Amino acid sequence: MTTANSLMNGPDDRGHFGKYGGRFVAETLMPLILELEQAYDEANQDPEFQKELNYLLTHYAGRPSALYHAERLSEHLGGAKIYFKRDELNHTGSHKINNCLGQILLAKRMGKTRIIAETGAGQHGVAVATVAARFNLPCTVFMGATDVERQSPNVFRMKLLGAEIRPVTSGRGTLKDAMNEALRDWVTNVDDTFYIIGTAAGPHPYPAMVRDFQSVIGREVREQMMEAEGRLPDSLVACIGGGSNAIGLFHPFLDDRDVDIYGVEAAGRGLEGNEHAASLNGGEPGVLHGNRTYLLQDDDGQILEGHSISAGLDYPGIGPEHAWLKDIGRVNYVSATDVEALDAFKMCSKLEGIIPALEPSHALAYVKQLAPTLPKDHLLVMNLCGRGDKDVFSVAEHLGVEM
Amino acid sequence: MTITSRIDRRFSDLKAEGRGALVTFITAGDPNLDISFEILKSLPKNGADVIELGMPFSDPMADGPAIQLASERALAGGQTMAKTLDMVRRFREDDDDTPLVLMGYYNPIYHYGPEQFVKDAKTAGVDGLIVVDVPPEADEELCLPAIQAGLNFIRLATPTTDDERLPKVLENTSGFLYYVSVTGITGVNAPDIADVLQNVARIKTKTSLPVAVGFGVKSAEQVRAIVSGTDEIAGADAVVVGSAIVRTIEENLDEQGQPKSELVETVNKLISELASGIRT
Repeated sequence: MTTANSLMNGPDDRGHFGKYGGRFVAETLMPLILELEQAYDEANQDPEFQKELNYLLTHYAGRPSALYHAERLSEHLGGAKIYFKRDELNHTGSHKINNCLGQILLAKRMGKTRIIAETGAGQHGVAVATVAARFNLPCTVFMGATDVERQSPNVFRMKLLGAEIRPVTSGRGTLKDAMNEALRDWVTNVDDTFYIIGTAAGPHPYPAMVRDFQSVIGREVREQMMEAEGRLPDSLVACIGGGSNAIGLFHPFLDDRDVDIYGVEAAGRGLEGNEHAASLNGGEPGVLHGNRTYLLQDDDGQILEGHSISAGLDYPGIGPEHAWLKDIGRVNYVSATDVEALDAFKMCSKLEGIIPALEPSHALAYVKQLAPTLPKDHLLVMNLCGRGDKDVFSVAEHLGVEM
Repeated sequence: MTITSRIDRRFSDLKAEGRGALVTFITAGDPNLDISFEILKSLPKNGADVIELGMPFSDPMADGPAIQLASERALAGGQTMAKTLDMVRRFREDDDDTPLVLMGYYNPIYHYGPEQFVKDAKTAGVDGLIVVDVPPEADEELCLPAIQAGLNFIRLATPTTDDERLPKVLENTSGFLYYVSVTGITGVNAPDIADVLQNVARIKTKTSLPVAVGFGVKSAEQVRAIVSGTDEIAGADAVVVGSAIVRTIEENLDEQGQPKSELVETVNKLISELASGIRT
């Protein structure tokens, strides 16, 4: 589907979605990302590459993930018919594996012999460590020192998988600093290293490439919904940190203008203060980590730290395609607070027997508001992009439970 | 280029003198505004031929630990873009000759408004810009407005910039070309001098611009080796020292992060020492 006025044609050949995106990197990296772009274009044209990726998605990651009618939740909320896209059932427990399989095949194809990645909560780090183990490539994961402490189960998982963890103490020791440090490593080890970025951000071609690898989510939903209900869904809901699970669900539906789309940002302790991670609702356009997009920043263009109860959402930026979709009004970007996400987390566990990750708990918090306002024949799909095992310790702490 | 800037004049004077240039980097506002301004004013007296003044940024992706910390100190002390431009304006009250180049990252400039920024920078007395994360592919963002405003836009060439790509890097560059001597970040790995000289020679076959070499240069001997060259191969036109200077600032802070009384003097000594590398 590539008609002239399609919303699915982006980015342009310089990586722009409207005025967002682009390639804002140091000269040392420019030749590398141009090479990456070319390699990705070639891989896209190569049926063998697609075949190998599909094989791994099916037999290694466990795709397609189920589209599940959350009957008790729908009944409880008393409105829309709610479906969960069960991407938490993938190998490694989140949607992150979809992208990592694609990128590691590309790394192999380009003859790269070393993998690096950044991680916040550790879901992307675990997925990278997993594919690096599977393809026998040494792997270094940069993780903010603060997050290393907060997410010890994932740190241990990555180590079991053979990855080296580099705690990042520069800056404020969180996800954005981990990304800075990964970029510093990449610029130092240009010959052999492939950088697997985890979200749909960074310099072109990363935002488009990550989106393409994640779009398997939305393509499956189209088919599965046709099978289940004989028609497309009426609305889609997904949480947004950098925005990879959301763009994966949304992108195949962008031209279906009857489908309402909602991206849910982390409002942390509320949008009125500085303690949130809602770059679209509380930030301004700027340039960071290789792309132009909405950023949390102060009056002098210094980047601010995001806050969210979910370590996977507290990034001060957002994928550039989301920035564009906001400006043109195709997607509604809303938000949910820490407290609302916690409530949704508990509700889902009790009603559906599914412990969701704190990230999709934000999406669920919005579904909780939205669903009751909709008729019973309204088909709503929410991306349940990760499972909550990793979060039980921090949730217990928030609920004042000693474990 | 038709611009005849302080940078052009300085390099042509030094060429007549038959020596290379020492380019020194400090971060504006490090460790605080007053001391930073004092250091800035002393640089030319102690032998700096060209000044690079860093605009602090929260996320300096191309810099090593020394310059990252310098940025953090400056920002913690309340440094802003307006204060940095004002430092330049005050510097120009007493010094109309030493070329001054602002160096940093794009976001604070983008937030300020690129058109307004290049105008204000020019008015303050800035001669050129080095903005690490705006490649030639995005020239319309900042490079072209800077040239329009009468500023030199100085680009970096790196070991990964091959002959095929070099013309693109050179296209709108003026003042001088900054050759990054290592693949990596500032102030960490020492450059391989023989390799650097070969690359400088390669670049000089494609441009008549002066070539400055930086990243990882910390001693007077390295400075000397890079500008002197060898019997077989010519040296570079200039050497940039940054991390070694800001590290000296860091080393002369007390436990509370306050500058010790000998800080400025120690930095001055280092600059003179480095300058001796190009004057022998």
